[in-house]
Amino acid sequence: MTGSFARRVLAGAGLGIALTVAGGAFAQQKEVVVGLQCDRTGATQIVGTSLCPGYHDYVALVNSKGGVEGHKIKVLEIDHEYKVPQGMEAYERFKKEGAVIVGVYGTPHIQAMTQKLTEDKIPGTSPGFGTAAAADGQRYPYIFPIAATYWSQGTAAVKFAKDQMGGSLKDKKIAFLFYDNPAGREPLPVLEELAKVEGFTMQTWAVPPPGVEMGAQVLDITQRFRADFVLAHLFGRSPSVSIKELKRVGFPLRKVVSFVWGSGEADIEAAGGWAAAEGYNTMQFAGVGSEYPVHKQIVEMYKKDGKPAPKEFASSVYYNRGMLIAVMHVEAIRNALKAKPGGGITGEDAKAGFEKIKGITLDGFMPPLEVTAKDHEGGGYVQIFQVKGGKFEKTTDWFRAYPEVLAKALKDHAPK
Amino acid sequence: MFFRESGVFHTTYQRDMALYPMPITKFAVAAFAVLFVGVLPFSMHEYYVSIVNLVLIAVVGALGLNILVGYTGQISIGHGAFMSVGAYTAANLIVRLDMPFWVAVPAGGAMAALIGAVVGIPSLRIKGLYLAIATLAAQLIIEWTINHVPWISGGVQASIEVPRPRLFGYVLNSQRDLYFFLLAFATVAIVATLNLVRSRIGRAFIAIRDQDIAAEIIGINIFRYKLLAFAISSFYAGVTGVLYTYYLGIANYEQFQIVVSIDYLAMIIIGGLGSVLGSIFGAIFVTLLPIVIRLFMESFGSLLFDPKDVLNLIPMLRLILFGALIIVFLVLEPEGLDRLWRNIRNYFRVWPFSY
Repeated sequence: MTGSFARRVLAGAGLGIALTVAGGAFAQQKEVVVGLQCDRTGATQIVGTSLCPGYHDYVALVNSKGGVEGHKIKVLEIDHEYKVPQGMEAYERFKKEGAVIVGVYGTPHIQAMTQKLTEDKIPGTSPGFGTAAAADGQRYPYIFPIAATYWSQGTAAVKFAKDQMGGSLKDKKIAFLFYDNPAGREPLPVLEELAKVEGFTMQTWAVPPPGVEMGAQVLDITQRFRADFVLAHLFGRSPSVSIKELKRVGFPLRKVVSFVWGSGEADIEAAGGWAAAEGYNTMQFAGVGSEYPVHKQIVEMYKKDGKPAPKEFASSVYYNRGMLIAVMHVEAIRNALKAKPGGGITGEDAKAGFEKIKGITLDGFMPPLEVTAKDHEGGGYVQIFQVKGGKFEKTTDWFRAYPEVLAKALKDHAPK
Repeated sequence: MFFRESGVFHTTYQRDMALYPMPITKFAVAAFAVLFVGVLPFSMHEYYVSIVNLVLIAVVGALGLNILVGYTGQISIGHGAFMSVGAYTAANLIVRLDMPFWVAVPAGGAMAALIGAVVGIPSLRIKGLYLAIATLAAQLIIEWTINHVPWISGGVQASIEVPRPRLFGYVLNSQRDLYFFLLAFATVAIVATLNLVRSRIGRAFIAIRDQDIAAEIIGINIFRYKLLAFAISSFYAGVTGVLYTYYLGIANYEQFQIVVSIDYLAMIIIGGLGSVLGSIFGAIFVTLLPIVIRLFMESFGSLLFDPKDVLNLIPMLRLILFGALIIVFLVLEPEGLDRLWRNIRNYFRVWPFSY
């Protein structure tokens, strides 16, 4: 048995060398390298285990159809356990392998990498997290949020609440329940500004990490403050706890809207199932469900290999977000290659490619993004989906709100 | 190193405790200096330099923690927080007052030393696990404070962007530049620790570790030396935080959470408590092991598993292997990698005439 194992390893080593040689030869055939950071084992694995496969599947789909402008896309994935040193190491590795785009994962990571990315002129994406001020493409030329930042999510949440309350928030009470870390607090200045603009009373409740205990906060919100609407901005395990607690005290969940990281299928299931969470509103920056044409193509691709549809479809919210990131990367590369048909694109070309992305909707799967040199967020569109009858049901189309408030926040944040 | 010390006889205590116990050590040190300054940074790809940089930062932190835990026998789970104290002190000085690094680094260390000494006060009354919990409280309090006081943290994001260090107008921004920057501090830290532990202070620390009542009876001021141990150790931690801030270009409290404190404790336990070389081994081991396992898995993982599963398996297996290897090394030699190294060395020293 030992002998067979040794033979297997030896054969493996030989095959490995053969593959490396073949890979080397293949690399001369046109290829674009992209680095993807991932967290499949750390604090946010609930997201990572579905998001990263989504990314890979979309890239595989593009490659199976002949790639982008005659180039194949090669994805390097490194899991960083949501730790910053590992993330830095992963980034240097991507750079060594010649990555032209780095998909960054995690707020502390994008912050730690901001300076490096700018120095090395490699665009990094931080969809739905990271510094909201990075939407300003002139100040952060190589950081691309490419999806609604926490500020945009804040304005969208208030707009949604306003529509639900019959078009006015005057003298209403709004509770903001947030995870007590920098990412959780980020929407605060925007919400405070909106409270002035719309004339509502806002109070905030912080949930200290790890966020599995919020009975006191929820009681306070519902019994003493008597909130008319709750905006929840939580991460990890805590969204499901918030649903449970709000449900327990009898607060109607249709008067709750969660920001994007408390909006996955897993959160609903952990809160006691779809029936328990009926009415809960979730904010999304990518399509929800696996009925879009792009999913059908992925199923086709899997079928060709004789495999069933990927099991990650069951967690479509995060899977689709992974696909959205991949779509954005692919389109940036496509634009870059169009400008430079000979190939050999660099990070700078990819940056220019990002800034030309416009009107890629994939039949409603993607928001009507338009990334420009000034606006790296691409508009900051979101959709609201409500838990209804055992699934997420779309309640609004893509929308964004209060651009003047966002512009003011950006201006206030800029260094004087 | 492997050399025979025949013909070298120490006749005084001074000779016996010298930094260079034998003439050949000087050559060994010179050879290492040439290797690290002249050969290594220029023969490696920048990616590998970046890994060495992470090791260098870890070495400073591990040395500091080892002074406290390994030499003085006081436990601390608050070192991640002390690092953040150094990081934010330096970041504020750099951004608000435009201080150069040669002010920011010691200032960050000094502030951490001050806070560390305060946190060390309970060590006068309590020991062992109880002290661990007291320092754990410090970790949480400092984390909370930084997180909630915008004057320190620089706003809601609790992160301060810091420009790269400059030396005579030259901006150190490539991995290679930063390598020399970090190497200088790591070298100072190593030499300072080597000297500290063979000084009066170091001997007092060791006496307290071995038996604090006996140490008090022979005239060591426990109050002073315990707090001094906390202060010195926190100074190292603070410097680690500043180096880390310069390396990343940002001070962010999420990089100094309790996991970091535990990681550093793991480093010195694996490397060897009460040993300078052990701190270095531990820092190298804990920083490199995950990377090496991943490289190995990337090369061979796809032979045993489906390529799509490999992506899921690499990180999982890495965690399992990491834990397993730590256990293996500790079972193999509970006194750490340093002892393992000395055993190997002693074996070869008399080889082939071992008796």
